[in-house]
Amino acid sequence: MIEFFSYAFIQRAFVVGILVSLCSSLLGVSLVLRRYSMIGDGLSHVGFGALALASVLSLPPMAVTIPVVVVAAILLLRLDGHGRMGGEGAVALLAASSLAIGVVLISYVKGTNTDINNFLFGSLLAVGRLDMVLSIVVSLFVLASYICLYPRLYALTFDSTFAQASGLKVERYTMLLSILSAVTIVLGMRMLGSLLVSALVIFPCLTAMRIARSYKAVTLVSAVQSVVCFVLGFTMSCLAGTPVGASIVVVNLLAFLVFWLLGAMRDRGLFVRKGPSL
Amino acid sequence: MRLIEARKLTLGYEGQAVVKDIDFTLDEGDYLCVVGDNGAGKSTLVKAILGLIRPMAGQLDFHVPSGSIGYMPQSMQGDRNFPTSVWEVALSGAVNKLGHHFFHGAQARSRARDNLERMGMWEMRKRSFQELSGGQRQRVLLARALVAAQSILLVDEPVAGLDIHSASELYALIDSLNREGMTIMMVTHDIHPALNSASHILHLGHDCFFGPKADYFSSRIGQRYLEEAGHHD
Repeated sequence: MIEFFSYAFIQRAFVVGILVSLCSSLLGVSLVLRRYSMIGDGLSHVGFGALALASVLSLPPMAVTIPVVVVAAILLLRLDGHGRMGGEGAVALLAASSLAIGVVLISYVKGTNTDINNFLFGSLLAVGRLDMVLSIVVSLFVLASYICLYPRLYALTFDSTFAQASGLKVERYTMLLSILSAVTIVLGMRMLGSLLVSALVIFPCLTAMRIARSYKAVTLVSAVQSVVCFVLGFTMSCLAGTPVGASIVVVNLLAFLVFWLLGAMRDRGLFVRKGPSL
Repeated sequence: MRLIEARKLTLGYEGQAVVKDIDFTLDEGDYLCVVGDNGAGKSTLVKAILGLIRPMAGQLDFHVPSGSIGYMPQSMQGDRNFPTSVWEVALSGAVNKLGHHFFHGAQARSRARDNLERMGMWEMRKRSFQELSGGQRQRVLLARALVAAQSILLVDEPVAGLDIHSASELYALIDSLNREGMTIMMVTHDIHPALNSASHILHLGHDCFFGPKADYFSSRIGQRYLEEAGHHD
């Protein structure tokens, strides 16, 4: 294990992974509870298309992917609510189209499917120095804004009408949330793959909700759970040689099942609760 | 003191008027009930009062700071799984007082505590909001509205889905708030608060009416409304 960590690219992937897991779990709480979890999925597919485009045109991947995904996030949000096509339909349409365009672009130009595989399922080797610097900067920004805006984000997530009536600029904060999610997804995408990265947005919140009852507890449990699952999945991937993205998602699934069982046992009164619940 | 004044107010969406040319005023200490059939524009009026939509025509003047109206929504059925505690819900009423601060201060916390105590929900502050009964949830939402309210409480169908006992408890709470000086504006289907507690009535529909309760129930519109609600002299 220790010798693995002597490789610079493993170290980079480890740092990026922890930061992305932390950010995506925090953002995920807001997205899932506002029923925007499909947006994470949609954006990662758009990211795949953008990555394919960058690789075909030999452009720097981050410089292409981040703006494209951010624009997609803004568009999806605009469609939600006041579009003729429901929000969900729009997400599915955009996701499938981006995936298809990406696959066509890569196979037509390169005639090989190794890149497709890496883009879809991720690769440790894809994490470069720029990714690491970017993810440190972005993560600090996500963390700082999440903590500082916590009371506002809570009000907005719990009851956006009330928040708006209280004078909160709901659209502005929703926009901020989706832009931050877009950037986080792009950062995680190359290591975990675009098919799997959205799991990092959705799983931690749903897992934490099995046992935590307050919003604050769900937020904290999500963050810890997400980072722990990343470390376990990453280690498993290094030791057993399994694909990194899939390993992490499998560990997340196991955590979900364990928490679900604990929650069900508690609801049946198998634990005698002393003092207040979470 | 005048708090809200509407003159020739027309409200609607995308050029379609839902409420046309209504006039009403809300003065300090009033208890205004907004009644009318479904589709008469009651919820449209709520949105306008909250500043979520702009008038299409006419004037709607506020003599209170924006964001200072305590809003109590209809019971929230859609979010049964939202993980949150009673305390978190009540405290979020103070979000309009954050100003340039990031976090709720000691003053917001004591407001949340006072209002939870007033609603008899302080002992349950650590409970999950979704595990409460319908009546308890409405009292927590009322506490949140009071944390936000400076002088006006806007209550939208407060007893929808409640049993008779919880409903009359909630009405009694709102009445006592009004006696303590809180101005109430209540949108309701239920004739009882209009008959028992209101000082003024705003009737929306084909024919509109605004005025003191006694004038309303002796008017043709008010008589018809009473008959439809099953109340005969």
